[in-house]
Amino acid sequence: MKSTPWYLILAIIFISACTSVNLDAPIPTYNTGVDSESWAVIQAGEFLSGQFDEPVKLDYDYEIMVTDVTVAQYFGFLNAALADGTVKVDADKIVGFYPGDEFHAVKHEIEISPGEYIFIPLNDPASRFTFDGTKFTAKPGYENHPMTNVSWFGAWGYCGYNSYRLPTELEWEKAARGSTDSRPFPWGEEIARNNANFYSSRDPFEDMSSLGSRTSPVGFYNGQIYDGYQTLDSASPYGLYDMSGNVWQWMANIYEGQHYRYMRGGSKDTYDMDLRIWVRNNATPTYFSPGVGFRCVRGGE
Amino acid sequence: MQFVKDRLQYLFKSTKGLILVAIAMIGLETAIFGMLSGPMAEFGIRDVVVRLFRMDLVQAEREGRIIILYHSIAMAVVAIEVYIITGMLKMKEFYRASARVLVTIGYLMTMIFGMGFAYWGHNWALHGLYIAGLTLIFFAGLILTFALWPWNREVYQPDKAYSRTKNGVDMERLAFFAAAATTLISAFFGAIPGSYFGNGFEVFLAENILRYPEKTTMEYSVIGHLHIMLALIAIMITLIIGRWMDFTGILHKIAMPLMILGTIVLSVGVWGVVTPLEPVAHMIIYVGATPSMLAALMLVIFGWDKLIRTGTAGIEKPSPWQKLKALVRDPLKFGPLWQMVFMNFTVSGIGIFMAVKLDEIFRLWPAREERIELTGHWHILSAIIATIILLYYGDLIGLKGRVRKWYGWSIIILSDLAFASATIFEMKRLFISEAEQQPLVNTVMLLADFGLGMLLVILAIVMIWRLIDLFKKKGRWAQEVEQDDLTTEVEL
Repeated sequence: MKSTPWYLILAIIFISACTSVNLDAPIPTYNTGVDSESWAVIQAGEFLSGQFDEPVKLDYDYEIMVTDVTVAQYFGFLNAALADGTVKVDADKIVGFYPGDEFHAVKHEIEISPGEYIFIPLNDPASRFTFDGTKFTAKPGYENHPMTNVSWFGAWGYCGYNSYRLPTELEWEKAARGSTDSRPFPWGEEIARNNANFYSSRDPFEDMSSLGSRTSPVGFYNGQIYDGYQTLDSASPYGLYDMSGNVWQWMANIYEGQHYRYMRGGSKDTYDMDLRIWVRNNATPTYFSPGVGFRCVRGGE
Repeated sequence: MQFVKDRLQYLFKSTKGLILVAIAMIGLETAIFGMLSGPMAEFGIRDVVVRLFRMDLVQAEREGRIIILYHSIAMAVVAIEVYIITGMLKMKEFYRASARVLVTIGYLMTMIFGMGFAYWGHNWALHGLYIAGLTLIFFAGLILTFALWPWNREVYQPDKAYSRTKNGVDMERLAFFAAAATTLISAFFGAIPGSYFGNGFEVFLAENILRYPEKTTMEYSVIGHLHIMLALIAIMITLIIGRWMDFTGILHKIAMPLMILGTIVLSVGVWGVVTPLEPVAHMIIYVGATPSMLAALMLVIFGWDKLIRTGTAGIEKPSPWQKLKALVRDPLKFGPLWQMVFMNFTVSGIGIFMAVKLDEIFRLWPAREERIELTGHWHILSAIIATIILLYYGDLIGLKGRVRKWYGWSIIILSDLAFASATIFEMKRLFISEAEQQPLVNTVMLLADFGLGMLLVILAIVMIWRLIDLFKKKGRWAQEVEQDDLTTEVEL
């Protein structure tokens, strides 16, 4: 009996590891007041790129979405694309055509040949929609959250369908950093918990004992107070929101000898170090995750 | 004045004092700087530490800070190995003293000025002193390598029970020599790109470029350097434990040539990454790692067999239970060998599994997941080496009775709990989805932090005890100051 408390503590610890997570737990709903249909103009010119502030010049203007593409926006696209046959249901996923990439047979490179590729999975428990076989509907409370669980093909498909495109890494970086200084975060030099949605940032959407971190509505960190939770206005110099944290954002670049697609911005699931503007992540283009989304650009090249 | 002089004499001139200082410095550094990342940052402790110590942490300099942090801890570990080797193996007093003086000044400069540069504003004078410290350690290595020269009749092995050539060249000494020499050469693989990148102020962490198909020679050099240095530190500690256990007999005769072969081939493979051998370098590395690991396995077999035989002496036909009891009777002797075995589950096994299933599994995950696996498994290897040193140190300072058992078993159980938890964390994507992982993550992080935290508490208790001891006139230190020759510690 004397040693029972130790066994008990250990048993509780191990049982707690096996606790199931209610992915459909209610989520607070807030109107951030930031318009997800708005765009920011990034003018041609020089900016400091990367960790070591290399001067780079983009000699064209372009526009970039002020927020990540939302769940509501994405399902607007999917419903239309499903109806006109641009995408289709294939077993447990939505697929669309991709024309393929040049293949160089470099070590570890996987060939992306022309064909149909996954846009989103249909039965993933972390997805934020319901689907009745013909129509997608966003789960209540998630309409203004960034679209997640979307592959690179799905992000590429959305942008292309609307005559937009995914940003290149340089376009994204300039939009995040502005053109005047070498700030590590879109809002400035330092990061506080209420600057962005990152791992254990104690925002109203996370529950670290069970759900972990969840996405926040786009534009949430705009200086408003939500039920007593004070956010800091964390827009980039061009007025873009969520360029650090919330979700990783797919980039357009296709590099020779690599099938990987790159992501920027860090996410709700990463520590603050990954929210620094120059940090890169990558995955196969079929990869999807509750921590990966995207935004589009238009104009420019 | 005499009081201070006697203590300084002990701390900086005796083998055990030097080891104590190095362990204390590592413990202090780990305790302070370990609070700047991971869960400690999550709990808000990082912010308190940064304010308390008035650190100046620029976001763009994080990678550079980490590199200096790794180096300053690693150099203190290298210093401990130098102290032990120079205390264990026969060599001229001049070489022994020179190597010790240089490595001591070197690691202290590296640690103090390096950390000062990295965490308290970039004062370039401090950076210069940090580099000077690393340079002194290199010179200490040169002297040690020279002192270990095995083709000297004075250090030939007269006893046929040990591995030796027909002429009597001591193969164990040759293994030490090979490890020291390859370490020196491997240092260049860090020093050259270090200077190159340092001049452009463009540091990077190897794990952040792992998926780039085209790497520059300098990038390959950095990756090779960090891998081989850790491997050679591990090889050196294996040789030290072998000497301490008085590794002998047929297994020793097989193990030492294997260890020498492994050390050289492994090093050549790693150096090969910056040569046209690059496409086959990994194959050479695997070929080199195998004999080294086999040699370590032979040491484990020898050591455990010896522990069982010693522990069951006097029992005519010991039962399996009695054998097991004999094996685990002394955690300080059982522990280092067990940690080598445990390493296979948390480091080598994971590494091999990753290599085999790289494209099939791990490269389908995002790069950040792969980074967790890579950094996790080499952090565990570093920590395993540290625990082996701590177990050895427990024996060195003569822990006895219940204190010996508590100290030994605490290190083994707490560290293995932490390492196993970290391994589950690394591999979690194999069995749980991202959306559902949080309870598992919480549990394994709690266990890992508890294990490592308690380990640091034990170390702190030992260090405080040793600090108090220094104030006693006839403390333990007064005995240890006379015990300079570690060969007397070897079980014969």
